[in-house]
Amino acid sequence: MKYIVLIYSDPSTEPQYGTPDFGPFMGAYKAATDTYVKDGVMRGGDALQPSSTATTVKVRGGKIQTMDGPFAETKEQLGGFYIFECASLDDAIKYAAMIPSAANGAVEVRPIQDLDF
Amino acid sequence: MLVRDVRDFQLAEDCLHEAMESALVHWGRSGLPQSPPAWLLQTARRKAIDRLRRSQNFSRKLVEYGALIELDQRAPETVHDIDDDRLRLIFTCCHPALEEKTRVALTLRTLCGLTTMEIARAFLDSEEAMAQRLVRAKQKISKAGIAYEVPDPESWPERLGSVLAVIYLVFNEGYATTAGERRSRVDLCDEAIRLARLMKDLRPSDAEIEGLLALLLLIHARTPARVTSEGQFIALEDQDRLLWDHNMIAEGISLLDTALQRGKPGIYQTQAAINALHASAASHADTDWHQIVLLYNHLHERTDNVVFLLNGAVALSWHSGPQDGLGALALIAPQLTHYQPFHAAKADMLRRCGEMEKARDSYMTAIEMSGNHGEKAFLTARMKQLDPSQL
Repeated sequence: MKYIVLIYSDPSTEPQYGTPDFGPFMGAYKAATDTYVKDGVMRGGDALQPSSTATTVKVRGGKIQTMDGPFAETKEQLGGFYIFECASLDDAIKYAAMIPSAANGAVEVRPIQDLDF
Repeated sequence: MLVRDVRDFQLAEDCLHEAMESALVHWGRSGLPQSPPAWLLQTARRKAIDRLRRSQNFSRKLVEYGALIELDQRAPETVHDIDDDRLRLIFTCCHPALEEKTRVALTLRTLCGLTTMEIARAFLDSEEAMAQRLVRAKQKISKAGIAYEVPDPESWPERLGSVLAVIYLVFNEGYATTAGERRSRVDLCDEAIRLARLMKDLRPSDAEIEGLLALLLLIHARTPARVTSEGQFIALEDQDRLLWDHNMIAEGISLLDTALQRGKPGIYQTQAAINALHASAASHADTDWHQIVLLYNHLHERTDNVVFLLNGAVALSWHSGPQDGLGALALIAPQLTHYQPFHAAKADMLRRCGEMEKARDSYMTAIEMSGNHGEKAFLTARMKQLDPSQL
């Protein structure tokens, strides 16, 4: 089964670029990603620009409405995601728990629907 | 096993019900088959094949269908396979990805065979809300890919912890409602003990499973003495110890001894040890309260659960007096203002200190917060006994 793992964290509590903690933090992300590739579960994933760069789009009455900012304004932002292919939720949880941001933020594991178009 | 084979919880349940209906007809006509569980499983599997065959999105179900056909042609299952299946099922129902209440409800539905109505009643929920909860849970199990597997060794302690916690919750649910409320057909305490026994059969020589079963037996043994014929709760110090079920106590203590000898301590063994101290004391006054205080402190250190400190404070009040108990309560008061047993314990200690007015206030709070008739009756009676002349 395929799972998307959404990474939520408060950017102010994560190691900042230019501080001594930043290198090891990114290193931990790389190590986790290496494990996913080695175990053959990695199907994709990326880090996102901060939610202040987001644009929310709605179409109402055929007209496009745009709004500056993310759909839901919360302290913890969606900061990135992985897509895993795993045999079960237990496996997906095991890999999700390796994401460094899980240690201060939270990660949401969601099964991806298998739609045939 | 059927759930694993057909990969759909709802389908498996429906087919099993159909198989049971057929069993009533067939077994009545031609007697019991050699292995009734295997017969049921095979029949249910064939029902599933029929249903899949009839289903509209047949092509997408082809994989499941093929796997079933293959299983159907294999040799019939042994009892051992069926035991494995029950173990898988209990781990699935108690999966930590499900909400705690859902785990309890699902376990009662699937492993104890309670009806949705009975479970709803136990939780004071509407049948509709409970039915929806169960449907959502089954959907999550199938759509989120919660596996029908016994967890691997690295996650075993955590997952077993979740199973044992569910069994203990089932028991507590039963324990809280046995007094007062007219009892329904099912006694959740008995169900919990049955589940704990099942776990012990499926996983022999696990110290914490034995510890939990011992704990449940030791608490349940006091049931005949803890409620008056009118359903009013009776405090431990006023219980007639001759009414305790001494066979059950003996079994609990012997199980606990076996568990402790394995040298793998755990929270259920410790709680069972506390109840074993109650069970083996000749009277309330003769109880080894000091040891109980130490054990509760130990439980708090291991779990960080403040309720253990509350129980420890009560034990302390019997060991060295209600003043000391109140001192211990003061330390945890901020965390427990919304916890009814805290106020009941405080009221009792104030009463024993002769602080009648303060005791009355605490009794009022405790009575107001209690959701149980038998307990309300007990607290009200205690409050009325406060001597007004001492105010």
